[in-house]
Amino acid sequence: MPESASTLRVRTMMRPFMILATSLLLGGCNMVVLNPAGDVAAQQRDLLIIATVLMLLIIVPVIAMIALFAWRYRASNTDANYQPNWDHSTQLELLIWSAPLLIIICLGAVTWVGTHLLDPYRPIERTVAGKPVAPGVKPLEVEVVALDWKWLFIYPEYGFATVNELAAPVDRPIAFKITASSVMNAFYVPALAGMIYAMPSMETRLHAVINKPGDYTGMSANYSGAGFSGMHFHFYGMTDKDFAGWVARNKAAGGTLDRAAYLQLERPSEHVPVQRFAAVEPGLFRAAVNFCVKPGSVCTDAMMRTDAARDSQSNANEHGPMPMPGGHPMPMPGHSPVPQPSPAAKPDTAGLTGADLPRRAAPSAGVALAATASQPRL
Amino acid sequence: MSPQFVPISPIFGRFTIASLPLQEPIVVGTFCAVALGGIALVAALTWFKLWGYLWKEWFTSVDHKKIGVMYMVLGLVMLLRGFSDAIMMRAQQAIAFHGSEGYLNAHHYDQVFTAHGVIMIFFVAMPFVTGLMNFVVPLQIGARDVSFPFLNNFSFWMTAGGAVIVMMSLFVGEFARTGWLAYPPLSGVAYSPGVGVDYYIWALQVAGVGTLLSGVNLIATIVKLRAPGMTLMRMPIFTWTALCTNILIVAAFPVLTAVLALLSLDRYVGTDFFTNTLGGNPMMYVNLIWIWGHPEVYILILPLFGVFSEVTSTFSGKRLFGYSSMVYATVVITILSYLVWLHHFFTMGSGASVNSFFGITTMVISIPTGAKLFNWLFTMYRGRIRFDLPMLWTVAFMVTFVIGGMTGVMLAVPPADFVLHNSLFLIAHFHNVIIGGVVFGVFAAINFWFPKAFGFRLDPFWGKISFVCWVSGFWVAFTPLYIMGLMGVTRRLRTFDDPSLQIWFIIAAFGAVLIAIGIGALLIQIAVSILNRDKLRDTTGDPWHGRTLEWSTSSPPPEYNFAFTPIVHDTDAWWDMQERGAVRPTSGFKAIHMPRSTWAGIVLAGLSVALGVAMIWYVWWLAIASFVALLGVAIFHTFNYKRDYHIPAEDVTRVENERTRQLAAEA
Repeated sequence: MPESASTLRVRTMMRPFMILATSLLLGGCNMVVLNPAGDVAAQQRDLLIIATVLMLLIIVPVIAMIALFAWRYRASNTDANYQPNWDHSTQLELLIWSAPLLIIICLGAVTWVGTHLLDPYRPIERTVAGKPVAPGVKPLEVEVVALDWKWLFIYPEYGFATVNELAAPVDRPIAFKITASSVMNAFYVPALAGMIYAMPSMETRLHAVINKPGDYTGMSANYSGAGFSGMHFHFYGMTDKDFAGWVARNKAAGGTLDRAAYLQLERPSEHVPVQRFAAVEPGLFRAAVNFCVKPGSVCTDAMMRTDAARDSQSNANEHGPMPMPGGHPMPMPGHSPVPQPSPAAKPDTAGLTGADLPRRAAPSAGVALAATASQPRL
Repeated sequence: MSPQFVPISPIFGRFTIASLPLQEPIVVGTFCAVALGGIALVAALTWFKLWGYLWKEWFTSVDHKKIGVMYMVLGLVMLLRGFSDAIMMRAQQAIAFHGSEGYLNAHHYDQVFTAHGVIMIFFVAMPFVTGLMNFVVPLQIGARDVSFPFLNNFSFWMTAGGAVIVMMSLFVGEFARTGWLAYPPLSGVAYSPGVGVDYYIWALQVAGVGTLLSGVNLIATIVKLRAPGMTLMRMPIFTWTALCTNILIVAAFPVLTAVLALLSLDRYVGTDFFTNTLGGNPMMYVNLIWIWGHPEVYILILPLFGVFSEVTSTFSGKRLFGYSSMVYATVVITILSYLVWLHHFFTMGSGASVNSFFGITTMVISIPTGAKLFNWLFTMYRGRIRFDLPMLWTVAFMVTFVIGGMTGVMLAVPPADFVLHNSLFLIAHFHNVIIGGVVFGVFAAINFWFPKAFGFRLDPFWGKISFVCWVSGFWVAFTPLYIMGLMGVTRRLRTFDDPSLQIWFIIAAFGAVLIAIGIGALLIQIAVSILNRDKLRDTTGDPWHGRTLEWSTSSPPPEYNFAFTPIVHDTDAWWDMQERGAVRPTSGFKAIHMPRSTWAGIVLAGLSVALGVAMIWYVWWLAIASFVALLGVAIFHTFNYKRDYHIPAEDVTRVENERTRQLAAEA
């Protein structure tokens, strides 16, 4: 039996809605946060779902009760029980305080355990559920610098660097060290793992692993100024073979990212295409964290050491040297285990007078000029 | 302003003709429209000879009811500005695909989203909340005014002064391009050398004085001026929430003032509190601003919890269920709101134990909040619910807010926050609780107390249109943002590469249009109600069968509120009076001691604006002059001994007899 004309007309009328529904569904498939490709992001997704389900246990009955009570006790329904002075019930009070309390106890326990397991500073222990990282595997180290408005990735193990392109072999743990050259950004690859801020003169860390080969989007998730919208990059999950090829390609690209090249690169620019540097000057990342890439500038960690030494000298009798807070570190300026010789390590007065310090570390000469120019002149 | 060398003139500071955004056609067009509107308004006020009336009856008034109304008007006007920013963002994000830059450049767009956040929080939500507390609290506790009536007027004008500074930035110079909390180092002088951040700082500093003083004032009022018999545990629940809110204000706003002062020192005299080098630490700013910022969201929502309690109980015709547990829940929220600030930056690398602690304290807040929700539910249970507009808004709030609460707890789980922080999911969450909680609550309150303030109800037809558009518009505008958050789309983006996102932004823009219609309907509702005021007139003073003292007096109340201070025997004092057949006294009136209007508030606030503007533009002579004038006027005002007067007994008798006649005619 062929469809009647009216059914057909309904079908035709429905077509735009069907297209819309399909496109919405396709959009649904893009929900990378719910369907990530890295084990860390997948565990974060699991926590998100556990939390949601736990809360729905109470939210769904509440919404049902709102609808039910609003309908049942409407003024026009004079059959409903009306007790204008009923305002207390110990049993109900116990219930309405204890039900959310129980849920929060469960969720709190899940949160405590989950937060410790998924601490971004904690090295990866498994590549996927049930597959622990083999004892000999060294994580791939990547040093990330958020510049105005592009991302610099330094691979110390291989000695090359890229701009706005990041890659890692699948199932190998990745250890990111993250900083920024000027203002705050956040390093975020939704398919890989949650975000961590990239902050100037501080170093943050992130451990993650990618499980599926693919081309994923990475971005700055924290607004950082005019070029922010264009500050995204590709993150490629690759097979070992492809990754080796990618490494070779970068090594063959030529060019060296030395201090001069870095200072050139960190000047504000937008929608920057991928760049490759076959070689990187050693210690560049540490210099970037400590604001001393510019030749002659004093590294902030050295400056802090000098200050601390001077303080402990003058206060030796009363206080002794001030220890740094132990335990799990908040990102501290110059937080780094590796000591570095620096011009200010000798008890110099540079830190005191500020004689040869840059007044403000600005990303470019242009902005630096503006900064000085807009100082109030009294 | 482009970051280039600007010489500082001794007369104009760093202001030059180039500071006017003449190259931005959108701004120029807006300016023309605002200027024409302003000229028309000034002309109309002059033509109808209203300046004297406004000055005498409103601007210089210390009557808490009039100041409350002025706060509400300020909030409404600024809502229009803040919402224009929202519409501009929605439009930009809906079209900036396929390589299109949209119609806003980064310089303009980044100001728009900053201004939207700042205006909506500081100059819409805060005036609404303060206005409600100002109007309702003294009436609810049986007082004749607040404790410090002059301070109240001064507070209002300082808040309005802050709003003036923000509005000025639209046409002279620029506003901050930093996001609404102006995190350094971006907001430091190295990366934001222009006037934008200075506008931000001075607008908030000037308005902050007003907010803080108004907090002090309302705490003193609630503690000292309650009617006899009104013990703390007999205070109406709205007054309780107002008390907790003002305690939060007094404890939190000085932190904001201090952190902005430190940022100013960095910007003006070259200190290094929050800079990248020389020991500065921008995270210090982030901590301090959120130590203010998190209590701030409870400052906004708590009074509206009070509104919903009053409305639910009134329209269910029933005592509030679990009054004491409601009070304890409010107090617990007040305390806990100070222990959660770090959840705004789980992603800045704190340790797992620190993150877990703040995540769990955040979740714990949902327990008293949940208890409140159940209390409202059981107030409806076995009630006789009349679905007038305030109750409609309340039911919409309950449904909307539980969803917002749920997404909030999701964000409180640190590992989940790592994937949702700074995403559109976060944006959807806080609009869910601020629109669903604060805005819906303000509309419930406006519809509820409008007849008390003006003596006639608001038109229900246009009110329902506004209600339907707002509620549906909210969901249409923000559901796509929840979804896009799960798709890994982050906030404050101006252009997009992924074309599959466009449909969601178009849906969201459609939602914003629905909200625009809702706002339009609200304005029509007010206009229609004024035109039909005789039909909507309420002569009883108690149009909703209210339960608390404000409904025992006439609508609008006489300037002294109560001819005799009422004596309170129950939480629902007015309900209790009616139950016991209390009779309104009709004779024996005495002269009433009242505070006198003063010009000092508006003048001091005006000088503060001048000081702020001078500091923004580096016009040092004006800064010095206005500061000296500020001190001079403040000292001069202390010698004003004519601060009070007595309303003669005959006048009171006349007003009260009129009310007696009115009530007799009604009966």
